[in-house]
Amino acid sequence: MTKGIAVTGMGIVSALGLGIDKNLKALTAGKSGISNPTILKTRHSSLPVGEIELKDLELADRLKLPSNHSFTRGALLGSIAAKEALQQAGISKEDLIATGFISATSVGGMDYIEKYSNNFEKEETHRRFIRAQHPGFTTGQMATWLGLKGYTTTISTACSSSANAIMLGARMIRSGQLKRVVVGGTDPLSRFTLNGFKSLMILSSEACKPFDEHRSGLNLGEGAAYLVLEAEECLGEKKVLGRISGYGNANDAFHQTASSETGEGAFLAINRALKTAGLSPDSIDYINAHGTATQNNDLSEGRALRRIFGDSLPDMNSTKTYTGHTLAAAGALEAVFSLLSLQQQKIFPGLNFNDPMPETDITPVTTLKEKNLQHILSNSFGFGGNCTSLIFSNNGE
Amino acid sequence: MGNKIYINGTGGISAQPENAVFEGKIISYNQNIIPAKAPNYKQYIPGMQLRRMSGGIKMGLTAAKIALEEAGVEMPDAIITGTGEGCKQDTEKFLQAMLDREEEMLSPTSFIQSTHNTIGGQIALHLKCNGYNMTYSQNSASLESALIDGGLLLKEDSSIKNVLVGGVDEISEKITGFQKLDGQVKKETTSSSNLFDSETSGTIISEGAHFFSLSSEKRKTTYGVLQDVDVFQAQNSKEASEKISEFLQKNKIEIRELQCILLGRNGDNRYDNFHTDLQSEMFSEISQLAWKNLAGDYDTSSGFALQLGCQILKNRRTPETLKLNDITPASTGRILIYNQYLGENHSLVLLTSP
Repeated sequence: MTKGIAVTGMGIVSALGLGIDKNLKALTAGKSGISNPTILKTRHSSLPVGEIELKDLELADRLKLPSNHSFTRGALLGSIAAKEALQQAGISKEDLIATGFISATSVGGMDYIEKYSNNFEKEETHRRFIRAQHPGFTTGQMATWLGLKGYTTTISTACSSSANAIMLGARMIRSGQLKRVVVGGTDPLSRFTLNGFKSLMILSSEACKPFDEHRSGLNLGEGAAYLVLEAEECLGEKKVLGRISGYGNANDAFHQTASSETGEGAFLAINRALKTAGLSPDSIDYINAHGTATQNNDLSEGRALRRIFGDSLPDMNSTKTYTGHTLAAAGALEAVFSLLSLQQQKIFPGLNFNDPMPETDITPVTTLKEKNLQHILSNSFGFGGNCTSLIFSNNGE
Repeated sequence: MGNKIYINGTGGISAQPENAVFEGKIISYNQNIIPAKAPNYKQYIPGMQLRRMSGGIKMGLTAAKIALEEAGVEMPDAIITGTGEGCKQDTEKFLQAMLDREEEMLSPTSFIQSTHNTIGGQIALHLKCNGYNMTYSQNSASLESALIDGGLLLKEDSSIKNVLVGGVDEISEKITGFQKLDGQVKKETTSSSNLFDSETSGTIISEGAHFFSLSSEKRKTTYGVLQDVDVFQAQNSKEASEKISEFLQKNKIEIRELQCILLGRNGDNRYDNFHTDLQSEMFSEISQLAWKNLAGDYDTSSGFALQLGCQILKNRRTPETLKLNDITPASTGRILIYNQYLGENHSLVLLTSP
């Protein structure tokens, strides 16, 4: 197999809390972050979500922003997570100048647009958020606050966005175009997305049950997670947290929102990831599935997994039972969870599972399991048929 | 970028009809928000599907099909889309319904077409293309981000022969309207042909889609070589010219070896000095061209410029209507495109003859 791209820092903000430590503690204890929303003001406050229990004002205080700032919630969450990643990697101020930034978001600053769009006309002070609707604005705010000045771009491929950001970062380091890059994604809860998924009738009124026969839809979540990737020549004595050894991107080309019966896009993405890693399916020790708990996704993903792994499906589950589906941030959150699994040599317990789907007969891991973990597959699929799979591997020391 | 990347087909939809620039049939506008000139979409998309599509999807899919057809590519190996502001029409439709109906009784149709990757996904769906599929949304550097990825794909994987790359941005009533409020659109009605004499803030906004069929193989239809693409930040025109110098040095090109420079001037007196300083200093000795007085500004308007560059190389002619100075373009076959928006997301595209 080929040596993967080194991860030297990671940071996360999710419904499990701010920072790696809090997330690790909750995952180990099997304690979900799903609850009814208290910060997001919505008519549908009885729908469970993965919400971060800090108001925008409290988040802005942590960043020491002036009162007239134009950071939306996505930029606030993202800045906190990316800062943690940069600190862990020990990137110096001088090195930030050439460090790239590949960030993912689908919601962008929609949370502020839905709040203000009916009174931009009247309220001049709100107009600084007009440009916040667009994904690149969120990225720009974060890049400025973090001091990142290298190649900066934004990926918006719905729910596979941050997996694609991680993939692009790894490719740009492999090709020599970048030496260091911060990759990941951020998405806040918004009424726009909550109502969007509700109108599609795929939100569950209870805690989500991935891969369960009686699953009833997804829980929406919010969060941000970032990784610092560095080229070999930058590593020195740095601790390598894990490596990105494989990545694959494919399009299902079946339907704008629904996944195909056979899971063709997922199947191709996983196969391409195995190919770039130079690994065979039997070397995967654990799968952090996309597992949104919608009827459609879990069946399609389950079929794709059976097509690849046959009867010897490795241990798997979906950590969306902890955080909800954080859309563009999901791939990055789950990358952090996968890297934590590698470091801890533990599979965190999947939650809310009772009965396997008869079509695929898959039983997720539901208890904390200690295991020799070398390679972890993480899946992220989205609207528009966008499918991306990543493989994280031990540093091999 | 190592091996050569050829542009073998282009397709564009903008405020100017196809070939208008080269045939001298430019439309001049007296409005600050300019819709694109729609081609006959039914030629490209079945009528049933057409009815459900927003402007951006129609433009993007059509421009993509034109580019592929010209390049003789039935199935690209990858589809990479750039869009600064995505599917605004469906976004505002769902947003307004949600606000008006106070979160009740919403139809999902506009929500599912509101994501930024809708256009890239729709192209894949129409072509039944299971290949690599990506969407960038980095303001005015969205198309450039897509081009950088396209170049990387062709370089890293020899099994990838053809990559479809394009940029799309649509106008919408409400969200584009907001740009009048925050000063992005000029306050006074401006004639597009006098855009550079306006000496006021803001610009004229339009929409468009521009797709390019990139390939590792040269063909009969080849327009040029996409030699290099860069995206950078600069606080002022001095920093910008330093970055441009570095870029040219990296590509071993002297300024005098450039046939012309296409500048993304948009008549916004707060930021046009990025361009006018380059005009009076760095590029004073070479032919200077502009395009936003013809096509208006939008995040992926540099696609209009790239298509123009391709046509200048193929037709071996530079239409007068593009010229900002009197210097005759030298036929060196090297064209540089420089763009920025609101002083941010500066980009460079270097196009050379095949």
